[in-house]
Amino acid sequence: MHKNNSNNTLKSKLDAVSISLKQSIKNLDSYTHVRGESLYVDDVNIRQGTFHAVVFDSPKAHGKIKHIDYSKAEALEGVERIFTHKDVPGKNQIGGIIPDEPLFAEDEVHFWGMPIALIVAESEFIARKARSLIEIDIEELPVITTAKQAKAKGSFINAPRSFSLGNTEKGFAACEYVFEGETFSNGQEHLYIEAQGAYAEPLENGNIKITSSTQGPTAVQKTTAQVLGVAMHKIEVDVTRLGGGFGGKEDQATPWAVMAALATYHLNQSVKLILNRHDDLRMTGKRHPYESTYKIGLSKDLKILAYEAEFLQNSGAAADLSPAIAERTLFHATNSYFVPNVETTVISCKTHLPPNTAFRGFGGPQGMFVIESAIAKAAHEIGVTPRQIQEANLLDESDSFSYGQIAKQVEAKNTWESAKSTYNIKALEQEVEDFNKKNTNFKKGLALMPITFGISFTNTPMNHARALVHIYLDGSVGISTAAVEMGQGVNTKMMQIAAQVFSIPIEHIKIESTNTTRVANTSPSAASSTADLNGKATLKACNALLGRLKTVASEDLKVSEENIELKNEFVFVNGKKSELSWTELISKTMLKRVALTENAHYATPEIHFDKTKEKGHPFAYHVYGTAIITTTVDCTRGTYEFDSVKIVHDYGKSMSEGIDLGQVEGALAQGIGWMTMEEIAYNDDGKLLSNALSTYKIPDIFSVPKEVEVIPLETSGHDLAILKSKAVGEPPLMYGIGAYFAIQNAIKAFNPNYNLKFHAPMTPEKVLMSLYEK
Amino acid sequence: MISFILNKKTINTPEHSGMTLLDFVRYDQRLTGTKIGCREGDCGACTVLVGSLKNGTIEYQSITSCISPLGNAHGKHIVTVEGTNLKNTLTIAQEAMKDNYATQCGFCTPGFVVALTGFALSNSEKNYNTALNAISGNICRCTGYKAIEKAAYQVVEKLEHKTIENSMNWLIENNVVPDYFASIPQRLKDIEAKDLNQPKGKYIAGGTDLYVQQADDLVGDSVHLIAEKDYLKGIKIENDVCTVGTNSTVSDLWNHTQINNYFPNLKKHLKLVSSEQIRNMASFGGNLANASPIGDMTIFFLALNSDIIITNEREEERVVSLKNFYQGYKTYDLKDGELLKQISFKLPTNQSFFNFEKVCKRTHLDIASVNSAISITIKNGTIEDAHVSIGGVAAIPKYLHDTSNFLTGKSLTSETILEAGEILQSEISPISDVRGTSSYKRLLGRQLFFAHFTELFPKQFTLHDFIQHA
Repeated sequence: MHKNNSNNTLKSKLDAVSISLKQSIKNLDSYTHVRGESLYVDDVNIRQGTFHAVVFDSPKAHGKIKHIDYSKAEALEGVERIFTHKDVPGKNQIGGIIPDEPLFAEDEVHFWGMPIALIVAESEFIARKARSLIEIDIEELPVITTAKQAKAKGSFINAPRSFSLGNTEKGFAACEYVFEGETFSNGQEHLYIEAQGAYAEPLENGNIKITSSTQGPTAVQKTTAQVLGVAMHKIEVDVTRLGGGFGGKEDQATPWAVMAALATYHLNQSVKLILNRHDDLRMTGKRHPYESTYKIGLSKDLKILAYEAEFLQNSGAAADLSPAIAERTLFHATNSYFVPNVETTVISCKTHLPPNTAFRGFGGPQGMFVIESAIAKAAHEIGVTPRQIQEANLLDESDSFSYGQIAKQVEAKNTWESAKSTYNIKALEQEVEDFNKKNTNFKKGLALMPITFGISFTNTPMNHARALVHIYLDGSVGISTAAVEMGQGVNTKMMQIAAQVFSIPIEHIKIESTNTTRVANTSPSAASSTADLNGKATLKACNALLGRLKTVASEDLKVSEENIELKNEFVFVNGKKSELSWTELISKTMLKRVALTENAHYATPEIHFDKTKEKGHPFAYHVYGTAIITTTVDCTRGTYEFDSVKIVHDYGKSMSEGIDLGQVEGALAQGIGWMTMEEIAYNDDGKLLSNALSTYKIPDIFSVPKEVEVIPLETSGHDLAILKSKAVGEPPLMYGIGAYFAIQNAIKAFNPNYNLKFHAPMTPEKVLMSLYEK
Repeated sequence: MISFILNKKTINTPEHSGMTLLDFVRYDQRLTGTKIGCREGDCGACTVLVGSLKNGTIEYQSITSCISPLGNAHGKHIVTVEGTNLKNTLTIAQEAMKDNYATQCGFCTPGFVVALTGFALSNSEKNYNTALNAISGNICRCTGYKAIEKAAYQVVEKLEHKTIENSMNWLIENNVVPDYFASIPQRLKDIEAKDLNQPKGKYIAGGTDLYVQQADDLVGDSVHLIAEKDYLKGIKIENDVCTVGTNSTVSDLWNHTQINNYFPNLKKHLKLVSSEQIRNMASFGGNLANASPIGDMTIFFLALNSDIIITNEREEERVVSLKNFYQGYKTYDLKDGELLKQISFKLPTNQSFFNFEKVCKRTHLDIASVNSAISITIKNGTIEDAHVSIGGVAAIPKYLHDTSNFLTGKSLTSETILEAGEILQSEISPISDVRGTSSYKRLLGRQLFFAHFTELFPKQFTLHDFIQHA
């Protein structure tokens, strides 16, 4: 009876989801996407005489450059010129947070794949051929590839950071159970299918226009100006769209754009630099590997009273965004749980890997994996299920996070309870148990994964955006913002906002490319905040224009402004349609010499953070959710499949259900990939072994869960979210962490001798070795 | 001169035949809908269709253009995403992708659209599984697979009423492809593509391996394409012996009705071998000549105790047993000027059983950590004949002589299998690399050997019979 009821609720909820999907707005870019007409950097028509560039990079991870012989390469027919650090007119420096990263290596190399020179030639093929003719002599120095090695040698990026709440010493003293352990989570290659690239063209007066596949046009502009030693206004950066970014093009799209611009600066000719896949894999950083230790203490009734963790972040050879990523690890170290006594420290360790960088989740997933590991370990030792511990510690309204923010509008328990009841967790658990009793060749495992993720750049000053909205004479609208479209559907959301405010069809609205001359000094499209920040600015601009239009209409129709409303391309007075259409109103506004352009600025209110105290209110709000993941492990072969992932997700009030579902499913698949098959491998010399798509595997259509159900949690949304529709880009990635524990539970069901290990990813190799360990 | 039809346009180009089709399409013809993702056939962003005339009718297959030599387009119809576009509306594949939110960043999208269009054009059975197989070589990193699945299913539903007679008319009327497709067969006949006048050079069949390893070396005028050589093609069955031309592709085997009857699990096994796009290109000869210790089809044919027929420029032939062909890492018994012509093996009887196993990080479209195959003949509970092969555990694709010999004549019991498993361990010498540690490969080798028996004789054996604590 209970089961039937629950099934009925589930069915009606799933039906509601499918109805909302039918009605929801389609991604406005999909028309050109499906026809192959969308333009990415490498698709842009290039000027006659354009040169093509290839990067010459270090063939060793650490050493002194003794000698480089470019003569053979330079002599190759079709090679125009080879640029090195000596050709940099400004600063040979691209570090964003800390100036510790040269554009081109000078006397030393610090990672395998570090750019040393740029070969510019008539074709990419010639440039690549020239590269193979360069001879380099490097005196090798010791190589550090892991964070632990770096720590032992005292090799760090910056000073460690620590967050603390309560007093862990007292907390542990009061505990019935205390467990310690260590974990490892590997890096993750972004593998945006569109590799890094840029196209630079000379304009008059030494000005340069760069078309870049970047999430951060301003970073490209600023860094190019710095390297060329020119003012920022001389550099224009334009972005139409990205063929995937995932954080990999937040900071690391910059060097390639700068190099192309440098060559353009010297040659006064257009230069295109598109990395081929192997170069991209070898030269760019990835998600940070973390080696961590934890100590967790619980009371008899399974309350986590104290938690300590030390996170060793493998930052790579330069800071890049590592300090900010490290910080977010601390922000999410306790995931969805309230822990009264917390002491967490993160250490950014300098190694000889390519500088690791932003990747969807930005350090958060690495932090969450550790506490979920600690809970799994504690549950195993105590003899309860991890679910019992998770459930006993979920955040409540007004609980404090370790960084001092008081949790408000908390949905942790709501999503958890809703997932449990809607999907009937007891029945699911029973199914797994029954299956495991009956089957020897296969075992099932189930895990729950709650998530809590803070929305905002944790660096408060970055939380701003601007929108420039033009209404043209004929009533059509053009919108420029700082938002970069990279598949997250932000263009569609911006268009929805304008269409809603003006009440005109979306066909009348165009979202312009992201361009530094139209919207300047921007923050990158990152931190899941792009739609919120740029959407709020767009909303503000549209509302200002709407106000002016209403004034004109009220004068024209001689009624007071309060009684006027714009609806379906007409002016309505007291709810009644007037003769005055949208286009006529625009003409009249123009004749009255009222501005039809608005530039609005938005800065997130309420947020602040004091780094000297490590306390504050850094997030506009949090996103919550709970996933139930079920897997089947093939105990003969060590392979696995995911039967289902059942999620209750806190979208707030989703403004674009189809797009948002795509974000949840996509992030989930990436999270599962990180936890399962995606295995970055470097050898001890610092050479990337997983250096091609044949050796680095990402999920294909057969490896995603057979069934993915995502039900929205019913809430009233959050005021700081755009149209109450919460940010959705990163949080669902962390549902994927549950995949690790689901597999682990299946292994436990097969092999009673299995010793719990927290060493992600859980590759088929690790599964098989675990199934048969003695 | 290479002559073919690219979308609507007839192409006669003097470009080198070793140039990749992708570069020609994107940079020479400015058809930028075909994307570059990996240049190793692993992501599908560059998927195009190849239409070939066969007995007067045209058949379309999807391929990855990044590892396909331009010369292989000679006499064919090549279709890029632009060539599927209708004037003012979307095709059913495009509509399905749009309706189901199956595009995010859009970079992989044209590849999916083309692959789904190829699926619609093909004569294969139309169901959800075959639709997913058709896009098995397309990677979406964003990753909208659940939405793409829905889109693929929508295409299947739209094709429900597709007619077999006059199918091209039906496809045109129903917005699957534009109307110019109707004239393509006649136009291809009119081109009368003569054999390419080719220089001596490196032999290339499908190109699926060589273009991954050494594309830059092949773009010059130094390759000799053999994919269209008829004497290297065809699958024949005579007197219980099957002869497979080395230029046959994995898809040729997949689609062969009789072979599927002899090997009821063939599709299941071949699905583990790369993706549909690659199966449409990859030749058996290439797989054997690549001599990878982990070549799937090599392992497959080894367990069938196959012979290979080798020919030379004087058209002399000699026969070598495949198990004696490999001499060391990437070295084998083939002289200059010799070509692999055919593979022949005895077809299974109703008392013989065949199984193929493969484990890698990702089940599909990946290179194995270990793969293994077995063919075994049982009479009255006794193993009359056994051939076991295993890949990834030695310098060569390994025929397990001792294990196979040991099994022959023994009764089919778990004791026999366990003892044979010990012998297997003594025959292999795996090394640690990016596909796994040596201890993993040893364990996996044992497990896959057991898996042969639990798969083939599920009533007789479970994992429990071989593993103590299970």
